[in-house]
Amino acid sequence: MSAIGRDALAVPTRERRPLAAFWIEFAENKVALAALAVVVVFVLAALFAPLIAPQDPYDLGKLSLLDARRTPGAVASGGYVHILGTDAAGRDLFSAILYGLRISIQIGLLAGACALALGATFGIVAAYRGGRLEAFIMRLVDLQLSFPPILLALVLVALLGQGRGQLVAALTAAQYAYFARTAHGAASAERRKDYIEAALATPLPGWRIVFKHLLPNCLPPLIVVATVQVAYSIALEATLSFLGLGLPITEPSLGMLIANGFQYMMSGRYWISLYPGVALMVLIVAINLVGDQVRDQLNPRLKR
Amino acid sequence: MLGFIIQRLLQAVGVMLAMSVIVFIGVYAIGNPIDILIPPEADQAIRQAVIERYGLDLPLWRQYLVFLGNLLRGDLGRSFIFNIPTLDLILGRMPATLELALSAVVAATLIGIPLGVYAGYRPDAPLSRAIMGFSILGFSVPTFWVGLILIMVFAVELGWLPAGGRGATVELFGVGWSLLTWDGARHVILPAINLALFKLALLTRLARAGTREAMLSDYVKFARAEGLREAQVLGRHVLKNISIPIVTVFGLELGSTVAFAVVTETIFSWPGMGKLIIDSITVLDRPVMVAYLILITFLFIMINLAVDLVYAMLDPRLRRSAAR
Amino acid sequence: MTAKLLEVRGLKTYFFTRAGVVKAVDGVDFALARGKVLGLVGESGSGKTVTGFSILGLIDPPGRIVEGSIKLNGQELVNLAPAALRALRGRKIAMVFQDPAMTLNPVLSIGTQMAMAVRAHAGLSKRAALARARDALGRVGIPSPEERLAAFPHQFSGGMRQRVAIAIALLHDPELIVADEPTTALDVSIQGQILFEMRRLTRELGLSLIWITHDLAVVSGLADDMCVMYAGRIVERGPASRVLAQPLHPYTRGLLQSVPGMVAPGGELAQIPGSTPSLLRLPPGCAFRARCDRASAACAAMPDLSPRTTEHDVRCHHPVGLDERTEALA
Repeated sequence: MSAIGRDALAVPTRERRPLAAFWIEFAENKVALAALAVVVVFVLAALFAPLIAPQDPYDLGKLSLLDARRTPGAVASGGYVHILGTDAAGRDLFSAILYGLRISIQIGLLAGACALALGATFGIVAAYRGGRLEAFIMRLVDLQLSFPPILLALVLVALLGQGRGQLVAALTAAQYAYFARTAHGAASAERRKDYIEAALATPLPGWRIVFKHLLPNCLPPLIVVATVQVAYSIALEATLSFLGLGLPITEPSLGMLIANGFQYMMSGRYWISLYPGVALMVLIVAINLVGDQVRDQLNPRLKR
Repeated sequence: MLGFIIQRLLQAVGVMLAMSVIVFIGVYAIGNPIDILIPPEADQAIRQAVIERYGLDLPLWRQYLVFLGNLLRGDLGRSFIFNIPTLDLILGRMPATLELALSAVVAATLIGIPLGVYAGYRPDAPLSRAIMGFSILGFSVPTFWVGLILIMVFAVELGWLPAGGRGATVELFGVGWSLLTWDGARHVILPAINLALFKLALLTRLARAGTREAMLSDYVKFARAEGLREAQVLGRHVLKNISIPIVTVFGLELGSTVAFAVVTETIFSWPGMGKLIIDSITVLDRPVMVAYLILITFLFIMINLAVDLVYAMLDPRLRRSAAR
Repeated sequence: MTAKLLEVRGLKTYFFTRAGVVKAVDGVDFALARGKVLGLVGESGSGKTVTGFSILGLIDPPGRIVEGSIKLNGQELVNLAPAALRALRGRKIAMVFQDPAMTLNPVLSIGTQMAMAVRAHAGLSKRAALARARDALGRVGIPSPEERLAAFPHQFSGGMRQRVAIAIALLHDPELIVADEPTTALDVSIQGQILFEMRRLTRELGLSLIWITHDLAVVSGLADDMCVMYAGRIVERGPASRVLAQPLHPYTRGLLQSVPGMVAPGGELAQIPGSTPSLLRLPPGCAFRARCDRASAACAAMPDLSPRTTEHDVRCHHPVGLDERTEALA
């Protein structure tokens, strides 16, 4: 629509508060709205898992091997219905999934936040300072971007050992580069504008420019990257756990539940792997759908 | 153009050197090389032999030179488990991985780009929405989970295809190929689909975004004003423009396909490098881990180099700035 | 009245956007004789560009022509089958765009792009098409055209790129060229060259030209007739010399008084108060009345575009300089 768009559609729209306008536009996409609802439900379920779950899956004393591998809907020694069945250790699968979600979401958010902070700092500092520092940082970032995050995380986890801290560190190191690249792109585009050059010529402190001009301009693209990367962190954590390289066996995340069920799949006990996998898939797809809509809304080139 | 190639080659050598320093520091300076290079059950004589061979009693910078010298001679240490040079071990597994990765990437490209161009050309058509919905699935569902579902449906429930292994292979140029036998090809299908799905989704989205943007551009409008057929507008103007970002991503994704093969190979018991590295991590066969890291880095640098060169050939703007 | 090359009647092109219906062109009539130059003048958002694109049938969704007729040599173009319309584009009607940096595909060589344009309408070999492209480049004054065929758009200056675009437009000797602000994105010195080139080519080739612009100075040097557009409608129409010498619509007068070259040296430059209204929510009546110092209660009703003197039409209840006569008529 370019040639025409510039001309005919340059009409002022009604003045609205930007956040409210953003929400109204978001709500017009029913799929994205449903996805957002799913994300909220999952986060709440994870948050209140101890209240909802019929069983504490970490309390080994309450588990009985007699209850192992019950089909969905079966009633075992606990006297209640295992709506999703039980796993090989006799855990109620529904409870295990709720607790697994808790771990997955926690790790995903934590790794996403750390990568965002680290990457945004790198990117903005590089754009602001320029020169050799910029060249060095961005060269490093480019190098890392060409390296698949899953391999980096794999190697780091193998070197650092198992544990939450190590896992978050590995995921952060594997993902910060995406944020750095995005922040650098947005910040250096803004940095080149005349008003920043003018502001730099005044004795104003540099942090004012960084926080008042560069950072706000980087935020929209960073938010988009963040939603995608949180989903990716969750997937990556599940993958590492599935490969037996994620969290210790005492904290079964979704990936580990799936891995544990894998060996029973061949004998037709599909539910042990299937339901944790469905939970994982729905969560990741929902986050991505929300992220997609936000990205489309923030992309000025697709505006109409 | 020649200057550009030389410049990129020098850059690649520089990156490789930097990587060797990083790996060296990781292995020798931070970790204890004796733990990494010498099997725990080795006796004193073997320990002494290895220490001398790798110069572990020398100062650090001399050690680096020895390390670099060994690297250049292709000596990346011996596997604890298999007790053969790690380089031979990994290179022996490489054809299986490359066969799988290439099958996946080719399939993803041939299917993904037409789907994406269509979805970008008719963004509001129902089929386009279906394509995009599918691509979000392929984009976000973890590879290992898709692999499990594929095994569950096609191997366990339907029994159409084998669930793992490479099947029969044929020797060609000194390496075994599965694709050339009926049984082997049947074994490739599921893991290749598994590995392709993410790339397929990515290429579809990329092609769609590029097409959508190009369709709104003035040059497409101008091409239409010239009276060009839509097929030509799409096939020449749009495709050539979106080919530049796609080649870049394609190249990078070839590398990441090799990386993601780690997951697929583990699930489908495909005897490639990825399964080897996971097995090595589980049994703490560190020399194999180090050698894999160096080889993979080398592979990536080569791929990046190739991408840069193809990119320069495709984009005339870059060609000129490179020539200057 | 002689047979016109192009006749546009009651053209309405609307854009059905999320925010509402944008009536970008809302009832436009004009005609263009063979070999004549028509200046289509207006501010951004007046609908002049959309009018141009409507003639070529290049309105993309969410926009479409909702009503009206566009006749080229008596052939109706509105609702013509896409294939038939495509066969006309580039052959009978060509277009030159505003920004030459954007109109040429950056990753295809000039020769490739021009050969494609040649072969879209002529069954020539690639070699013959390139030869024709080379001749076309020579015709618009590009030096050493043979070598330039292999070059890419970024290797040309802005003015040269626009010459290439004009050469492409001329490839099939069209009867009509729609030029959408083709000099706006260029340096002033280059603007003059392109303008001169266009005038020379139209005279030599006897083709008709619609020159879309916001620049009255350009119109005065080039156009035979002109239409002034405001908010999707034509507000004044007539021979360019007469409209410029004696504008009837207050808006045209305002435009003229705000152009430095059009006012006597030392004279005062005026400006039109306010800004272009939103096409989404146009109030009924004359769209200009909120900015007009002559507006009265009568302006709440939309005036017709009606002749005031010979061949000089205006859409105004209170035309400039004719108040007395209007009142006498009433």
